[in-house]
Amino acid sequence: MFKLISQRVALGLLTLLLASALIFLGVEALPGDLASKLLANNATPENLAALRLELGLDRPMLVRYWEWLSHMLQGDFGASLSNKRAIIGDLGPRALNTFFLAGYAAVIAVPLAVALGIIAAIRQGGIFDRLVNVVTLFSISVPEFFIGYVLVMLLAVKIRLFPVLSNVTPDTDFMQRLYLTFLPMATMVMVVVAHMMRMTRASVLAVMASPYIEMAILKGLPKWRIVVQHALPNALAPILNVVALNLAYLIVGVVVVEVVFVYPGMGQWIVDSVSKKDLPVVQACGMIFAAVFITLNILADVLAIISNPRLRHPR
Amino acid sequence: MSDWDDLKAAAFAGLLDRRSFLLRSAALGATAAMVGGVLPKAAFAAANPTVGGTLRIGAGGGSTTDSVDPQTYTDSVNRLLGYQLFNGLIEIDDKQKVTPELLESWEVKPGAKEWVFNIRQGVTFHDGKTMTAEDIMYSINLHRGKSKSAMNGPLQIIADVKKLSDKQIQIVLNSGDADFLYTLGDYHLLVVPDGFTDWTKPIGTGGFVFESYEPGVRSVTNRNKNYWKQGRAHVDRVELTVVNDSASRMNALISGQVDVINRVDKKAVDLLKSAPGIELVQAPGGWHPILAAQVDQPPLDNLDVRLALKYAIDREQVLKTLFNGFGSLGNDHPVPKGDPFVNTDLPQRPYDPDKASFHFKKAAAKGQIIISASDASFNGAVDMALLYQATAAKAGVPIQVKKEPADGFWDNVWLKAPFATSYWSGRPAATQMISIAYKSDAAWNETHWRRESFDKLLISAQSETDEAKRKGYIFELQKVLYDEGGAIIPVFSDFLDAHVASVKGHTPHSNFDMCNERIAEKVWLES
Repeated sequence: MFKLISQRVALGLLTLLLASALIFLGVEALPGDLASKLLANNATPENLAALRLELGLDRPMLVRYWEWLSHMLQGDFGASLSNKRAIIGDLGPRALNTFFLAGYAAVIAVPLAVALGIIAAIRQGGIFDRLVNVVTLFSISVPEFFIGYVLVMLLAVKIRLFPVLSNVTPDTDFMQRLYLTFLPMATMVMVVVAHMMRMTRASVLAVMASPYIEMAILKGLPKWRIVVQHALPNALAPILNVVALNLAYLIVGVVVVEVVFVYPGMGQWIVDSVSKKDLPVVQACGMIFAAVFITLNILADVLAIISNPRLRHPR
Repeated sequence: MSDWDDLKAAAFAGLLDRRSFLLRSAALGATAAMVGGVLPKAAFAAANPTVGGTLRIGAGGGSTTDSVDPQTYTDSVNRLLGYQLFNGLIEIDDKQKVTPELLESWEVKPGAKEWVFNIRQGVTFHDGKTMTAEDIMYSINLHRGKSKSAMNGPLQIIADVKKLSDKQIQIVLNSGDADFLYTLGDYHLLVVPDGFTDWTKPIGTGGFVFESYEPGVRSVTNRNKNYWKQGRAHVDRVELTVVNDSASRMNALISGQVDVINRVDKKAVDLLKSAPGIELVQAPGGWHPILAAQVDQPPLDNLDVRLALKYAIDREQVLKTLFNGFGSLGNDHPVPKGDPFVNTDLPQRPYDPDKASFHFKKAAAKGQIIISASDASFNGAVDMALLYQATAAKAGVPIQVKKEPADGFWDNVWLKAPFATSYWSGRPAATQMISIAYKSDAAWNETHWRRESFDKLLISAQSETDEAKRKGYIFELQKVLYDEGGAIIPVFSDFLDAHVASVKGHTPHSNFDMCNERIAEKVWLES
């Protein structure tokens, strides 16, 4: 098992290295360079040339890639090109905000989705099953900003329960933070629950068709025990994968939610930086997102290995 | 008693405070009954703004890549914070006239080339240092030379900035410019201490002292207790939150999380009107979209083609559908209606399919006219181009809309495509606007408008200090552009802000929204 896991981790690191190359090349390939972006329609040939020189954009690409990678390995993400602030200083609080909101949403969404999925599987074809299916399908089908606006209209403008702006600061205490970020959390929960819930239901039902479950039914076990004790452990691997995918989405895919609720996370930062061609910031965010994705996937893999005796004790 | 009627009207319009109304009615010999009839209905300007409270601004136009460094300013949030921390050299008042700020008074030699400025005395920076001529000179020179500031171009007119004494500086220009004071009134030219470079801890002379700033998120400042400017900076604390999403901005105002917002979505303005306790502030401005045709590119080099294009756009419809009526019609020159030098003799150019068709046939141009459009140029540019295509098709003018990617628009399309969408945010002086975009050697001459006679006329207008003569020159400049220029300017857009009813003193300004971005030091909160 140890060999399997270390293999996975090594592959993950390799993927991360490849991702770093792709991130760097992708940013390079965008049309127009940072200097002309920064100046927009204030650009003249003279101040363009001056700015390019100042930013070091005149040096070859490979040199800049190596410099970037080696500095990053030492924990130095460099400084933002557009406002000269150290990236690590801005990255810290923003990454924390993003992880906080994702964690908040995950803590609610994952148990909720798994529980709903299991209940729906037990009551397959019943009213509850159908109702949950329709509601979750609806919430996954409409765009996030729509859900966000509807929640704002109902819970912030009509009934003033929660604030429209989730403008947290580093000094905001924990309870206040939970309150301020309630609406974005609820929006994100609605977006991710459907996927996880449907996967739970489908995998449990798939296992329910196998002969050993029929045996359990014939033995006269109650349905909930069959599902929770016998079916669920064998359905766990695909569920874990979907949960990991959705957790990653909660971290990297919430730009729209951040914009609607004015939440200072990493998404808005990366979008602004892309549009201003602030390469170091885009790359730093890209690397963090890649690392999150890869870590969560490795974690899902490892958990799937642990949960499966055949993988746990390979012959 | 016509004087009495005037006074009454002024009181109703809120142009007077209570005290001056009473004094002046006494001077006119008005009876108590007359005065008593006016008092309850009059909308007196408050003589004594309330001091205190926290002003919470929700503003669009901010980015996480922003900085407090005045060299980098391009958008609203920069300006809103800049005017809290710093003062300008010159203030442009709400009638578009120059008034003194840190430059207290000035003298200009005939020809408008040599200027002498007296520096305001007794002004201190937030760190206690007294402001001197050196600080002023450093703050101007910051934008000159190798600086990447947007003011670098306009300030190239300066030949030399010289210190005459501790209280006086002299600025010599390369060529005369009677509107040079408007250049000095630009929002980039903010005064910082001599040699200042630490933009993470900004120090200025402004009405508010820096507390914290997170680019693209929020800033917090506190009232400067030693502020030199009389009758400004009333609130104790200003919290500026960047809210780029227009629906969120509006919801934040309605639900009471912010007191004032900029850039009200013109299409959703009715939602705000129906919300209780919300007031709109509308200001006619110089911001205009432009369809820029390069006059040296075939077939646009043919005057008849350009005239056909000018008659083929339905300006009324553009104003109604794209700006929900919040603006005014444009007349193919860049001077807005509120400008004292706008040419009032030019008839409004209508949408006239017959004339368009006539000119287009006369030109005998072949093929389609391609317009490069992108919402990167301004929000709604593609819609405007499509609308244009439809109205032009009715006149038999074939236009093809080429949608350009937003990314790289300013690099690859702007100034390069022969016919493209673009915008200008307007300039306080007509000659500034014309010289920045229509002078032969202007870096941003979008329409490739190069006429020696036009340049000469512009230089005469700039160096002429006699108002009547200048007016004649500036009228002529507009007429030439109206008749022959490559710019199609369908509309001018209004600025639209909104605030909760307790915010007072938030007045319209034609230069920019939010009281020309000086809202923090201008308004007060009534409890």
